[in-house]
Amino acid sequence: MIITSPKRLGALALAAAFAIGACSGSSSPSPAASTAPGASAAASPGTAGPAAPSGDVSLAGAGATFPGPLYQVWVEEFAAVHPNVKIDYQAIGSGGGIKNITAQTVDFGASDAAMKDTEIAALPAGTKILHIPTALGAVVMIYNLPGVTELNLDGPAVAGIFLKTITKWNDPAIAALNSGVTLPGTDIVVLHRSDGSGTTNAFTTYLGAVSDTWKNGPGVGKDVKWPTGIGAKGNDGVAGGVKQTPGAIGYVELNYATQAALATAMLKNADGAFVAASVDGVTAAADAAAAAFPANFRAEPIINGAGANTYPIASYTYLLVYADQKDQAKGQALVSFIYWILTDGQADEAGLGYAPLPKAVSDKALAELHSITSGGTPIWP
Amino acid sequence: MTTLAPIGRLRGRTAPRRADVVFRGSTRVFGGAVIAALGVVAAVLVVSSAPAWTRFGVDLITQTTWDPVRDVYGALPFIVGTLYSATIALLIATPIGVLTAIFLSEFAPRRIAIPLTFTIELLAAIPSVVIGLWGVFVLSPFLRDTVDAWLIATLGWLPFFRGPSFGVGLGAAGVILAIMILPTIVSISREVLSSVPSSQREAMFALGATRWEVAVKAVLPYARSGVVGAAILGLGRALGETMAVTMVIGNGQDIPVSLFDQAQTIASKIAVSFNEASGGLQSQSLVAIGLILLVMTLLLNVAARLLVSRAQKGPAR
Repeated sequence: MIITSPKRLGALALAAAFAIGACSGSSSPSPAASTAPGASAAASPGTAGPAAPSGDVSLAGAGATFPGPLYQVWVEEFAAVHPNVKIDYQAIGSGGGIKNITAQTVDFGASDAAMKDTEIAALPAGTKILHIPTALGAVVMIYNLPGVTELNLDGPAVAGIFLKTITKWNDPAIAALNSGVTLPGTDIVVLHRSDGSGTTNAFTTYLGAVSDTWKNGPGVGKDVKWPTGIGAKGNDGVAGGVKQTPGAIGYVELNYATQAALATAMLKNADGAFVAASVDGVTAAADAAAAAFPANFRAEPIINGAGANTYPIASYTYLLVYADQKDQAKGQALVSFIYWILTDGQADEAGLGYAPLPKAVSDKALAELHSITSGGTPIWP
Repeated sequence: MTTLAPIGRLRGRTAPRRADVVFRGSTRVFGGAVIAALGVVAAVLVVSSAPAWTRFGVDLITQTTWDPVRDVYGALPFIVGTLYSATIALLIATPIGVLTAIFLSEFAPRRIAIPLTFTIELLAAIPSVVIGLWGVFVLSPFLRDTVDAWLIATLGWLPFFRGPSFGVGLGAAGVILAIMILPTIVSISREVLSSVPSSQREAMFALGATRWEVAVKAVLPYARSGVVGAAILGLGRALGETMAVTMVIGNGQDIPVSLFDQAQTIASKIAVSFNEASGGLQSQSLVAIGLILLVMTLLLNVAARLLVSRAQKGPAR
């Protein structure tokens, strides 16, 4: 058949291009035999890391926005070391991450808050999810008071502000903590999150710990019924709102305050010292709480930890993976990626405003990696 | 006897040809698919929200507490916020829109009318989230410092203008919505006004009326139901607008009273909460209020279509 019409030629060329593209796009995972555990010399149990993934593998992950910038950096750096592994991470929110990993539409999920019992009960029958901590973050109080460069706050004062019992900046409760600073008599404009988020979860855990009125009132959760204030969408919404509104106060994750150069308040910790939000303060909090890290890895935010340099509001962020991986090649790539995160990846965190895991916790997480199996056999024995 | 043959040939020609049958069948299928899509959307909403309706019943519409920690959901503040912000938008946009339409159809010379019409329709093409960004960074501070401050100073004793203004709030959302529904109102009103027969205008001119009197006393009453239909279509759009409203409405938890209160609409509540909602009762309640919004919008659109089609058939009744 001789194709004479240019239109038909173009259509045929287009169809051929699509066919070729479709054929080469699908990755063929290597047969299970070649990546069987113990086959390669590097997989000696205990000391060395897991075997590197061979063949082209693509992983899809979704979840928390808070560690989003960190995970993007990690994905790029891991791709430089293992170019055959393509990882795609979508920051859609902790709730979205949990929903997707429950529905098994992604290979790994990410969440700031550990899964609740109801969420674990909703997993497919017979499956088990592992929580792998990857980094720590802090929730900081940002404020907009022209002329006030340093502000001290403590738990009851913050709770009073968000409960609307403290309405003006020069309230005695705040003035008592800030002797020598003239605070204006203007109204406090409270900013909170309008969407559900792990940041809210950590912040409300703090408020619930320092104020019984808050615990019995709005309560603790990713989304609560706020007694007062303007709601803004996302960490950047709160940061932008505080920046634009004189007399405003809000809460964001540490890296947002660092990147946007916003004035942050010093919070009083359990030892009575006023601590500025910093990576060191979070690391101190994590170190102090490392011994109390639960065996099932579902840790609560670290509130009012002991220590002179400890920052009072710190929380872990987790990767959620299934204990038994259906796809051997993907499981191999996943274990390799998480191992890299827990070892080489930790060095990236301080520069981006996240705190690295304490050694005790990362050792526990590495030990947990050994229990990831595929079809019953451990991927990294 | 010879007349039978032509009749036989005629009968052969009226039998349907296969191409016609295929064409008619396929267009019926496509038309049905569109209706089926709407039906599927409604069915999915009803089925997904059923547990919330059985649990809360009418309380979902009448209670004011939306508490995800205790799993108690009442959406009255969002329903009020939706209707309130849409009403403000309508009150601002309808006079401006109708007067612009009168100008475009009665007064403007062609070389002004055409670019002006094009520009107004361009307003409708601006993405919602871009208008929302402009609203947050430009409009809200401007409103807070100028218009709101003046309103509070002069009319602050009225409950509608009470309280400090933070820029973001119900008023800002109303203004943003007005900007977004203006193109709809202008273009439909202009078409309806243009379709008024010129005999009406000529008769009025013959009686010695000025151009303004012709526009207001002859043309507008004739096209009244069409203009009302345009306003209702604008209202329908204002009810469903999501992104721009979410950014400027302030996300308050209570029923708004003053223009400067923080509020939420059904659309903005679903937009902020759905992603992180725990899969159980919270998600189902969000779907339920989405169903409420769908019903409201459908009813309004049906009413608007009936009104507009009546206007194009003849004088207002």
